[in-house]
Parts: sequence; C-alpha cells; structure tokens
Amino acid sequence: MTMTEPLLKVRGVETYYGKIIALKGVDLDVHEGEIVTLIGANGAGKSTLMMTVCGSPQARNGSIVYAGEDITTKPTYEIMRTGIAQSPEGRRIFPRMSVLENLMMGGMVAENKYFEDDLKRVFELFPRLKERQHQSGGTLSGGEQQMLAIARALMSRPRLLLLDEPSLGLAPIIVRQIFEAINELNKTDGLTVFLVEQNAYHALKLAHRGYVMVNGVITMTGTGKELLSREEVKAAYLEGGRH
Amino acid sequence: METVKKPSLLESSVKDAGMGAFVTFALALVMVGMKVDVASGLGAELFIEYRWTAVAIAVVTVFVGRLLLNLFFWKPDNPLAVNLSGLMPSGDSATQIGKALKPVLLIIAIALPFALMFWLGARGSRQYIDLAILVTTYIMLGWGLNIVVGLAGLLDLGYVAFYAVGAYSYALLAEYFGFSFWICLPLAGILAAFWGIILGFPVLRLRGDYLAIVTLAFGEIIRIVLLNWYQFTGGPDGISGIPRPSFFGLEFKRGDGGFADFFGLDYSSIHRIIFLYYLILIMALVTNIVTMRLRRMPIGRAWEALREDEIACRSLGINTTNTKLTAFALGAMFGGFAGSFFATRQGFISPESFTFIESAVILAIVVLGGLGSQIGVVIASVVMIGGFEFFREFEEYRMLVFGMLMVFIMVWKPRGLVSTRAPSVTLSKDAKGISADLVQEGHG
Repeated sequence: MTMTEPLLKVRGVETYYGKIIALKGVDLDVHEGEIVTLIGANGAGKSTLMMTVCGSPQARNGSIVYAGEDITTKPTYEIMRTGIAQSPEGRRIFPRMSVLENLMMGGMVAENKYFEDDLKRVFELFPRLKERQHQSGGTLSGGEQQMLAIARALMSRPRLLLLDEPSLGLAPIIVRQIFEAINELNKTDGLTVFLVEQNAYHALKLAHRGYVMVNGVITMTGTGKELLSREEVKAAYLEGGRH
Repeated sequence: METVKKPSLLESSVKDAGMGAFVTFALALVMVGMKVDVASGLGAELFIEYRWTAVAIAVVTVFVGRLLLNLFFWKPDNPLAVNLSGLMPSGDSATQIGKALKPVLLIIAIALPFALMFWLGARGSRQYIDLAILVTTYIMLGWGLNIVVGLAGLLDLGYVAFYAVGAYSYALLAEYFGFSFWICLPLAGILAAFWGIILGFPVLRLRGDYLAIVTLAFGEIIRIVLLNWYQFTGGPDGISGIPRPSFFGLEFKRGDGGFADFFGLDYSSIHRIIFLYYLILIMALVTNIVTMRLRRMPIGRAWEALREDEIACRSLGINTTNTKLTAFALGAMFGGFAGSFFATRQGFISPESFTFIESAVILAIVVLGGLGSQIGVVIASVVMIGGFEFFREFEEYRMLVFGMLMVFIMVWKPRGLVSTRAPSVTLSKDAKGISADLVQEGHG
C-alpha cells in the first residue's frame, strides 16, 4: 500500500437509526485506483456505511474525508457532486423513463460537453443498453437494470464509484459480466471502486483489498487473496457460496 | 389422465346471478322494502310502509341482468374490460393519434367563437362561448396542476388556494391601487408562486399522503382567512366591481373610444366574451408551451425522475428540495394566472368559489386525463366540465354520473385516458421502444 492520503478516509464513524446504533465506530480507507470491497452478512451494516458516506443518514460521530475534504455533514446532493457516484441498493432506476433519459439524469451534475463521449463510453461498456436506449427502464431485465444503474452513476464522471450489491438477484453469467465491467473500468479508466457485496467469493477475487463487517464493526481486513484464504471467512461467507 | 371438471358457463352464470340477487335481496329488504312515513291526519305517528313488490322487482332485475351480463359479456374468454379497451387505441397508435389530434384541437379551439357566431348568432352563441371559457379555464388549471402532480408526483389537494390567491391578488390590487388587469396579471402569478414557495418550504419534506393532507389544510386555511378577514377582503360579501380587461387600452364599452368604435364595428356585448375566450386560450397555451419546453430541459426531467424515485434522485446529486419547490411554485403561478382571469371574467369573487370541491375537480381532471399527459387534461376537462354544464337540468344526478365515470375509467383505463408517456429525448429518428404502459410502478 502506498503511504499517500487515501481518497476516501472513514474514521470512527457511528451511525444511528433513531436510538439503534448501526455502525459502531468504523475505520476504512479507499485509495485512489483501488477496488475495495466490504463483505458481511445481512444486516451487518454494509449498506448503512455506504449510505453514511453519501450523507443519508449522516454519521453521528466520526469523520468521513473525501479527497482531503470533510464531507461528514454535507447534504447528499452536494456529496454526489464532489466526484462520488453511487449505484444504490435495489438499483433504483427510473422505470417510466427511457434508458437514455435515465442516463441523462445521471449526467445532470456533469458538464454538458462530456455527455456524448460519456454516453459512447457506457454504451461500449454495456452494449445491451445501446440496443435498448429508447425502451423504458422498467421493461429491462434485472441484469440490464443493474447495468443501467452503474452506467447512470458513471455518467456523472466520478472519481469514486460506490456500488451496493450489484450482483443481487442476478444470474451467475450476468454477475460475471458486471464484475468484468467493473474490473475494466478500474484497469482502463483508473476508476476507484468501493463495492459492498454479499457475494463474497466474486467480490474478494475482484478486489485489491477487502473488509469484513460484523454487527456494525470491521472485524477483518486484508488483500482480497488473503481474505479468501482465511478460514473464518471461508466458514462464514464462502461455504457453498462459490457460484 | 383425469381432467378437472369445469363448471359450465350456464351453471356458473346462474350461481353468480343467484349470489347477486341474494345480496340485492338482503340490501333491498330494509332499504327498499320498508319505508318509514309520517301518518297524515291525526297526530304525527310513524308507521312503516311495506313495499315487497319493489323488492321483488329489484331482485329479479339484478338476477336477470347479471345472468345476461355473465352469459354475453363477462365470459372468461371475452371479458368486458378487454372489450372496452379495444375501443381505445393502445400504445403506439394512441401517440400517433395524439400527434394528429393536437393541431386539429387547436384549430377547433381557435375557430370556435366564429363558428358559433356563424351558426347561432351573437345571442345564441353566448352561452356556448361562456362554457368554452369555463372549460378552457379548467384546462389551464389542469395543466398547472399537472406540473405538480403529473410531472413532479407531488399530490396537491389544495391547488385551489393558489387560484384564490391569484383571484384575490387581482381584485385587491385593483381595488386598493387601481391597477389594471395587465399589471395585475403578472403580479398575481408572482404572488401565487410566492405562496407556493411559502407553503412548499415546510411541507415538501413530507411525502404522499402526508403532503396531501397538509396541502388540503392549506387550501382551507386560505379560504377561511379570506372569509374572516372582513376589513380587508370583504369576507363572505366578496369583492365586486372588479375592473374588466381592456384590449390594449381599448375598453369594451358603448360609444366613443371603445373597442367597437375603434374598429368600426357595431357595439355588441359578445365582443368582450370572445376577447375573454381568446385571452384564456392564449394563457392556457402559454402554460402548455412552458410545460412542454421544461419537460425537455434538465429541470423537467428532474421532476419526472423525482416522481419515479426520490432517493435515486438524491444519489444523483439532485437537490430535491429545490426541484420540488420549482414545481410547486410554477404550478402555483399558473394557478394564480388562472385565478386573476377568473376574477376579471366574473367581476365578482367571494371565498365560496374556492372550496375544496374545486381542488377535487381539478385533480380529477388531471388524474382522469392520465397523470402527466397534456392532451389527456384537455379531453378530461371537456368531458367533465362540459358534461356538467350540459346536464345542468339533471343536477341531482351529477355526482352520481361523476362517480360512475370515475369507476368506469378505473376499470377501463386505470392510469387515465392517456397513459402513454413519450420520452422527452431520442437520439435517432426511428426510435422504437416499449411504451411505459407496460411498466409497473416501482423499482422494476
């Protein structure tokens, strides 16, 4: 690991839902150019951490620093304009709007002059979306919707892409396609990716580094390979999970 | 292999009709069969009049009617709803027809007063032009509300408040400062938009039902303030003698310097009516053009996205509060314009004109027309407001017909008359897609 300041630095973050504590002091780093994954069981707080980075809900204690700027208490829409983009859990595309309109929504915060190029890039990455650009989002299959959600996030020209369970409910072959696209984005475009996943095997194979979260606390960290070979990880997250 | 025995059509129909008849019997037994009456003559004793024949008629009617419907209309392989939707062009063809329909409707709207004058003369056409003015006012209100409800997806049950603000702004400005209609019109719009923002700020963090209740309350608050602030608004007496609009400074009056005199026409009161008609037509068209343009711009797309998924919008860097506020303010502004037109047309306003039922009618127009559809609003206004006026003699049955219409639409076209949504952008000319008709609400 380099010793430079990380792109995203999470320190001692505590997040509450009302009185219930969801994150109990989380430390996490994402360096420029890395793919970092956060794995854990249902309800461990993975999505909460991602949403806290996005400012909804906001952390009660601790700090989140992105590119040297404290974003802990910024409103979501401002955070999403600093170069962070997110493909949210459950995809959340706009079902009654066309694929193209969905992508235009993604490009709202980017400068207009890049639109054509960015559109070309995402169509290159996901040719299926080009075929279906005039179809309404809701008529796409689950995998295509996931592609659209990622493409939409990319349209804002992010430095850091947050992906929340992109493999959820998708067929293995589609999962592979999507993970390949993420890898390609990282390798070719140098995009930094923070990936929250339940599909631990695929996520750890793809990622440079990984974190394991249990009940709102980070319990393990290491390179993807290291974590894949750890007995505890195998027992808890990988048994039968090789698909 | 044993096949499951399917009850024959006749058997199931008779069973169903029997059930219907039984329900009718149970209901009619008390409600129709026994009538409490006051005995005439001595004292005022109550007695019950039994009307078993009426009950029998009701039961037989329901049984036979339902049996016939079952046998001929509701057959499983040929249900009524499907038959009905066949009457309406679907998907692509509807958009095609819509495209052709718009210029035709526009030409009809422009030519209407002259066609009426030609056929019916000045005297006979007056009431119809008046009706056309009313319908067009509701079209404009529908289009204004469509921005808020149809595009941005914010359920506003108190839209009439902005209509009232517009009307009272004009009336009060004219009364206290002697401003003319043309100065008051923009002011009324601005004031209404301002009230839209004032209401919007605290309540727009609410969603769905909660927003609906608060806007409903806001509508009532405005009305009650107008009703009780006697010194300022005249309370229930309203404001009368509101100045009429002039045609670029030419007033519609008899004698020298009037509109008729200037153009060398014989004076007729119909001139003003026709002028008012064109005035509201232009105002409505401006509303439409502004809305259609905005829909193609980022802000319009953001409204639609907001209707689809607010959380996704926020995660794309959209300031949802500002986006909602602009929708609210813009919708309110058009409501305000329509309100000041209403004031100048009537010459008299009172809080009675701005009750909840007005909000409900405007909302019904938007919903029946198909949320977000501009042409749907036109059709729904013509049918509803025009229908209301044409059937004035049957006033007692108006709400009954209204209710039946609602049920009919909900069965036939649950998303309103025009439920197709054409994308606001396409890259290539021969864009083909699956219409939004086929998409369920929600997250795919």
